[in-house]
Amino acid sequence: MKHLLSIDDVSKDEALAILNLATEMREVNTREVRKLPALNGKVVANLFFEDSTRTRISFEIAAKRLSADVVNFTAKGSSVSKGESLKDTVLTLEAMGVDAFVVRHHHSGAPQKIAASNWSKATIINGGDGTHEHPTQALLDALTMRVRLKGASDSGDLAGVRVLIVGDILHSRVARSNALLLRKLGAIVAFAGPSTLLPRTATTLVDEVYFNLDEALENSFDVVMMLRVQSERMNSSFVPNSVEYTALFGLTDERFENLGGKALIMHPGPMNRGLEIASKVADSDSSAISEQVSNGVAVRMAVLYRLLAQESK
Amino acid sequence: MKSIVIKNATLANGSVTDVLIDQGVVQQLGGSLKGDRVIKGDGLMLLAGFVDLHTHLREPGFEASETVLTGSKAAAVGGYTAIHAMANTNPVADNAAVVEQVHRLGVDAGYVEVRPIGAVTQGLEGNQLADLGLMNKSKAGVTVFSDDGKCVSDALVMRRALEYVKSFGGVIAQHAQEPSLTKNSTMNEGAKALKLGLTGWPAVAEAGIIARDVLLAEATGSRLHICHLSTAEAVDVVRWAKKRGINVTAEVTPHHLLLTEDAIGEYNTVYKVNPPLRTNTDVEAVRAAVADGTIDIVATDHAPHAAESKDCEWGEAAFGMTGLETAAAVVYTTLVKTGLIDWEKFQFIMSTKPAEIGGIAGHGRPIEAGSPANLVLFDPKHEVIVSGNTHSKSQNSPYIGMTLTGKVTHTIYNGRLTVTDGRLVELEGNNA
Repeated sequence: MKHLLSIDDVSKDEALAILNLATEMREVNTREVRKLPALNGKVVANLFFEDSTRTRISFEIAAKRLSADVVNFTAKGSSVSKGESLKDTVLTLEAMGVDAFVVRHHHSGAPQKIAASNWSKATIINGGDGTHEHPTQALLDALTMRVRLKGASDSGDLAGVRVLIVGDILHSRVARSNALLLRKLGAIVAFAGPSTLLPRTATTLVDEVYFNLDEALENSFDVVMMLRVQSERMNSSFVPNSVEYTALFGLTDERFENLGGKALIMHPGPMNRGLEIASKVADSDSSAISEQVSNGVAVRMAVLYRLLAQESK
Repeated sequence: MKSIVIKNATLANGSVTDVLIDQGVVQQLGGSLKGDRVIKGDGLMLLAGFVDLHTHLREPGFEASETVLTGSKAAAVGGYTAIHAMANTNPVADNAAVVEQVHRLGVDAGYVEVRPIGAVTQGLEGNQLADLGLMNKSKAGVTVFSDDGKCVSDALVMRRALEYVKSFGGVIAQHAQEPSLTKNSTMNEGAKALKLGLTGWPAVAEAGIIARDVLLAEATGSRLHICHLSTAEAVDVVRWAKKRGINVTAEVTPHHLLLTEDAIGEYNTVYKVNPPLRTNTDVEAVRAAVADGTIDIVATDHAPHAAESKDCEWGEAAFGMTGLETAAAVVYTTLVKTGLIDWEKFQFIMSTKPAEIGGIAGHGRPIEAGSPANLVLFDPKHEVIVSGNTHSKSQNSPYIGMTLTGKVTHTIYNGRLTVTDGRLVELEGNNA
């Protein structure tokens, strides 16, 4: 595998190899000296055309723990604001010698475009493109599920695990990548959300679709993943208002009580506490939200390692 | 001017004949005719020169993509003898000066008749009517008006435009796209768009505007033309309107007859076009609609774009694809070769009817003594792998690498060869 653009590019074996390598990286991250020399001399460029906290910092820490040199490019304050194209931005950085680009872009398909072009010979890692995919998020979510449901040393798949993803499916790159990866690993995946944000064609992506969250929650899910709902959705007639959204699709204290602690609660962040997820739920023992973030570093170390240190294999 | 005789060519009605052309006119049909220059027509179809009702020539304003001259050359190679230049230039063709300039550039180029289309509204902004009457009275004699690229979405403006052009026999060519339903849309709405994370362009945005506009055409007694119809839903609306007796005509592009959204693959920007490529169901529906007369003509929507407008993110890429040079082969491959239509219908949708809608004299005429010699010879047995070589200034053909059947071997415009043996004739020095 040269690039990581979409979960479509990742076979089940490859996904398990990344997860198992990430399990080793988790162990590295507990050591006193949390550093490996694997990518010594390599340059990883974080090419971020869209705001990000956790993904950018997570990739940066991951690359540094593997001893790579990291440069951070953000569109704000760069020549992009002078109208420089994606092509010229990539050509410029390529000319300075970059081994891998981690690309976060507001346009779906931007990392695919860079990989398919002759602008760069570097490895391209999709750090989230538009409303398309966010493959490393799906990998860290799968790792988090495996650790919590099967134990930290498990090396198997997620066969039979039932996962419900709730919210703005239409605009969620996290939902797409998770649906592809989790099903590849044997999980049963369902979407729930208002029908304006959950198109009829979503049945092509998952096993079950629910337009009523309470009905969905009756179907014994092992994992409930809440998605961020953006305030702009309220302003463009996707849903009437945030109060109604919370009442119908929020993981409220009451709904959480009804789950009886049987489901793992996840959220890719950033959260709107009190909107799609109640604060107490996010901070409960059932919540794996902080572990998702720390597993993110391990998974990105594993991805960088496989693509940059093992690529010649 | 030397006379030309075409030997043993097959006409659309199936008859085989020689045709003598002199002084810009078809002089005689029959056997054993003689002329200064002889063209072997054995196995070739001799048809009325093609007429395109929907071409983007980009001049003035976007000469890096196309000029009237380069677009005219591409048209001639594609078998066209007349083309209609869309109004979305810079400045916009919303006044007599711009349409006269485009018309003049067409005459100077000399490869085809270039008929400017006037904008419906000033600056294509959809608010105030453009100088419709003055463009009609100008030397360009504009009769077709369109804000193509944008929909005349305001119902009152559309109503007024339809009413206004009626007095001088004009037609409004509507780009049917409800803008509120297609904000940020870049491909057909459906499972593929969901998978790629792209905002979908729903069929109802097209069919809804058409439904409104056919009723406006009925209410005003005016003539309406629908540009680049792309969905099965829109076909049904037009079929209903025609049955009701409403004066509406419709066009389909070659690419909507052949390609589906699957061609997009992983964000291949060559296939980004508006209206977007649809599904197999839609392709079958538009083909059937041509066959049953619901769709009247094929128009290319030839939309050249400079390389940098396509070599970028999908979301930043320009909409559009070239099509003048490949149109006849695509139409032959999808409609004639498949048995859906015969040669007379082919000639009708490529020449006769577009000439009638455009109100253009001297084109799309029956091939008989006295007709202006605007003709094309087409070889239906020739298989072509489409290459990137083109007379257009732009390279954004969706067919590069594909095998199509049929090739234009000769084009005759006003009695003069513009294409011979599949190659463009350089006109300098030949004009005398």
